[in-house]
Order: sequence, then C-alpha cells, then structure tokens
Amino acid sequence: MSTTELLDPTSERRPAARQRVTRPSSLKGLTVGLLDISKPRGDVFLDRLEELLSGRGVEVLRFRKPTFTKPAPVDLRYEIRVKCDAVVEALAD
Amino acid sequence: MPGVYASGVDLPDGYVAFVKASCPTCQLVAPALVRLWETRAPLTVYSQDDPAFPQGAEPLDDTDLRFSYEAHIEVVPTLLRLQAGVVVDRLEGWLRTDWERVTGINELGAGLPPYRAGCASRTLDPGMPEQLAIRYGGEKLRSRGVEVAEQEDEFEAMSEWGWTDGLPIVPPTRARVLRMLEATSRDPQDVVAVVPPDLAECTVEKAAINALMAGCRPEYLPVVLTALEAACTTEFNIHGLLATTWSAGPVIIVNGPVAQRIGMNSGGNVLGQGNRANATIGRALQLIVRNVGGGRPGGVDRATHGNPGKYTFCFAEDEHGSPWEPLSVERGLPAGTSAVTLFAGSGVQPLVDQQSRTADSLARTLAACLQAVAHPKLALTWDAVLVVSPEHARVFNEAGWTKARLRESLDGLLRRPGAEMVRGAGGIAEGMPASLAGAEIPKFRPGGLLIVHAGGTAGMFSAIIGGWASGAVGSEPVTREVRE
Repeated sequence: MSTTELLDPTSERRPAARQRVTRPSSLKGLTVGLLDISKPRGDVFLDRLEELLSGRGVEVLRFRKPTFTKPAPVDLRYEIRVKCDAVVEALAD
Repeated sequence: MPGVYASGVDLPDGYVAFVKASCPTCQLVAPALVRLWETRAPLTVYSQDDPAFPQGAEPLDDTDLRFSYEAHIEVVPTLLRLQAGVVVDRLEGWLRTDWERVTGINELGAGLPPYRAGCASRTLDPGMPEQLAIRYGGEKLRSRGVEVAEQEDEFEAMSEWGWTDGLPIVPPTRARVLRMLEATSRDPQDVVAVVPPDLAECTVEKAAINALMAGCRPEYLPVVLTALEAACTTEFNIHGLLATTWSAGPVIIVNGPVAQRIGMNSGGNVLGQGNRANATIGRALQLIVRNVGGGRPGGVDRATHGNPGKYTFCFAEDEHGSPWEPLSVERGLPAGTSAVTLFAGSGVQPLVDQQSRTADSLARTLAACLQAVAHPKLALTWDAVLVVSPEHARVFNEAGWTKARLRESLDGLLRRPGAEMVRGAGGIAEGMPASLAGAEIPKFRPGGLLIVHAGGTAGMFSAIIGGWASGAVGSEPVTREVRE
C-alpha cells in the first residue's frame, strides 16, 4: 500500500485575516452609523437605537443598503468608513 | 511529413527513430534501419516494447515511453532528423522516397514496398495518455496535491477536510481529473467564473475537480462550466442566494441537444433521483460554491430550512413531447441550441388536478396553486417555475392553447384585489403594504413565471418550484448557451 494523492478542490487560499479596529472605550464625541440592510422591520430596531444613542448625546448617521440580498455597494462602505467611528448593522426579520 | 519542428527534449542530433516490435510496418522497416546503422550514420533507435528490436541497430529501451512522450510520437515508425537539437525532418510510417531523401541513401529501401502506413504509438494506447501525462506532464495541473496517509480512509479524510456536502464524493486523483479535462478544449487554467462568497477565481481545472467529485462523467463538464458561468453573474446573484435565510438554491434547467446526448432525464421522476447527469451536474455546481467559493451552511449560507434540492437540482425539459416552444427559446435562444437556465428555486410543490378536461378549468387550478408561492398574500417578489406534466400539457394542447395563451390566462387569473392582500386582511398580519388596498395586484412580475414541460407520461399532476426574492433586489433567471 502507498499513500494516495488527491487534488485540492478548494481555492487554496484563505481570506487574509483582517485585524479588527479596537472597540471604542466610550461613545462620547463619536459618530455612530446605523446601517439598515433593507429587511422588513429593520427600521423599527434602528429607530429605537437612534433614539437611545441620541439621548446619550452621540451623533448618529443613518445608512441603507439598496437590497439585503447583496453586499453593500463599495461607495456606501466607503462613506460609512469616512463618516463614522463605529457602525451598527441591523439584521432583522 | 517533413517539416521543421522545435524540440523541447534532449534527443541526440542526427537520426532518431521510434519503433515497436509489434508493428508490422516497423518489422518491414527494420532492414532499412539496420542498413542506416551500418553506414555509421548518427542513428539512435528507441524501441517502445522490445528493447532488442530491431536487432543490428543497437536500439535503446523506451518501454517506459519517456522519449516517445516527450517527442510527441503518435505513429511508429517515426524517423526524426535533428540538427543542433532542432527537429528538421519528421517522417511517420514508411514512404520509401521520403526515407531515402532524408537519409541521402538511394538504396535504403531496396526490396521494400514504396509505402506502408504506420501503427499507433504505444503512447496512445487506451488510458496511456493520462498515465503519461501524470508521469511526465505534471505541469498541466496546478492544484496542490493532498496526501492521504496509508492507514487513512480516503472517504473519511475528504469528509473531514470539509470537501463534501455530506454525501461521499469521488476521490479526485490526477488521472481522473485529467480524463475529465479531456471533455473540454478549454485550457485548464482558464478562469470560468469568480465564485462568491470568497470571490475566488474558479479555473476549468478546479471546476473539473469538483465535477469529478460530484460524480460527473467527462461529457457533462461543458454543462457544468456553463451553469457555473450563469450562476456567477450579477443578475443571478449566487452570493445572495447562498446567504439568504430563505430555502432557495440554484436550479439548473437544461435545454437543447446536449440534454439527450449526455443522457439527462426529462421524463418520469424528472425532479427525483436515479439519473446520473441530473444528479451530478447540480451537485457539481454546489460543490464548486462550497469548495472554491467557500460558501457553507452555518458560514455564509444562513438558510433557515434549506431544501433537499440544495444537494443537487438539475433537470432537462422534455422538448420532444412538448406541444410548446422550449424554455430556452422563449428566453431568446435559437431552437436547437443547447442551453442552461439558472433559477433560484426553493423546492418542489406538486399539484393535482385529475378532473379538469378543459384548458380553462386546468388553468384555474394552476393559478390557484401558484397563488400560494411563498404566501398567498404576497405578490411580485417571488418568481416560480411551473413544471407542466405531459398529461396536463395534453389538455392544453387539445384545446389549442399555446404557451402564450396559457400565460395570458394565468396573468388574468393571478390578479387579486389589493384589499384582500394587504397587511391585516383576512386576519393575517403578513401581506402587501396598505397603500395597495385599492390596486389589482398580479402575483408575478413580468417574466417572473417560467413554464417548462417535463415529467412522466402518467399523472394529471404538475409541479411548482417556488422562487426567491426576484429581479434586481434578488435573483434574475439567467439563460446561457452551452458551448461544447
């Protein structure tokens, strides 16, 4: 008996491990983006979140994906990155 | 056939002959080779089978076919003439005048007939090209090899590595992959598609490996490649289809001559098990998404239920028995073209009507059942495929209904007053937005209902394959020609 050689059916790559941005210790003075992925009732959740954050003096910006079935467009991701210090994405059903 | 050939192998300059003792033409040519040897001309003879043949010409042993393979020998005898490492003459078989011209010896073929065709080189024996490609032609394949240890069970190993969908797969050995690749003229390193969710390039080679693992025969590969191309378009959106919590997965509908040629099922049990092409083509696409794209249940695949069709869902339309034009023709391709149509399908809901003998009554049954796709109070956001059986198609055919006529009827029957469909109506919170209360709402968007003819000849049943988020917000059915 000998070893069998098989051919790898995968892409032979792992997505480069990305380092997460460190979590802010406080939201004071920061801008938080709220991303609605366009699922029904996602806005209900985010409206309440906006209320709570604004009540604590946090600046809130709202964003919305055109459709929940596709990744966020590059421009939208860029806009969130340059305008916000943190982001909350609402997955709702 | 004299000509100038570049040679990438290390053959000696002068004359180089390839022969095998089991070839009658080589036996016939042996005296000429011995005569050439005796002139002290620079001659090297490689023998593919008997290292002692031809006696008197001091042959070299090429029973492992290394030199024959690297010199691309297809016929024996072949006589090459090399100058400074370059093949400047190449003769295949025996043509006395050519051999005498190339060797410059007038009486080289004295007593021999003017012409004899050669025999096939041993490099072309059945199964040999793949073996030699593995032995000497490893450069063709780029995928890394993975070793299964001696004491390891290869099926268990492949399962542990996450290569399977839960069912066993065919182990992708080099020989099998090379055989699969013979079914296409495309270069193994051609990129077929960029596969979500990892957006990894899938080469013909990677597609072939996964098709092989799924159980495909080589002749299915062109269908698999086309299905992969269609699935990875922006319109079809396999990324979203994979990621959705909804049950849907890719459904492949095959039209045109390729379906019959590769033995696909379009008749009895068409949406069920038992046909190798149906079973493995759909599975190949899913294995590519899993292995190349990195899309797996629990990872990017977030389906709440999924459906058994996510193992494999592929079938052919019964065009021969259909009273109507095939789906691919309706979708814009010329009749007789082989094609695949990709549909984001959530599963099969069969329907029964054994009483209708008029087209109108049967259309009402179909509409009533289609209304339930996803939710009877939701419309326009789910597509569907209606699979009409031969017995149901017969009712329409006898009434002279074209497919267009059936569509027209269904369009009318599938409109409901908005008041019945809005949220809260009928005591059901789910439904269409209240703003549509005054509107008449069609169940399907234009182009959202696909109609195909398939199934066994007995049974007053049809089947509905429900869809997923339709159109630009989700998935658009995509039809592509299969190029073989």
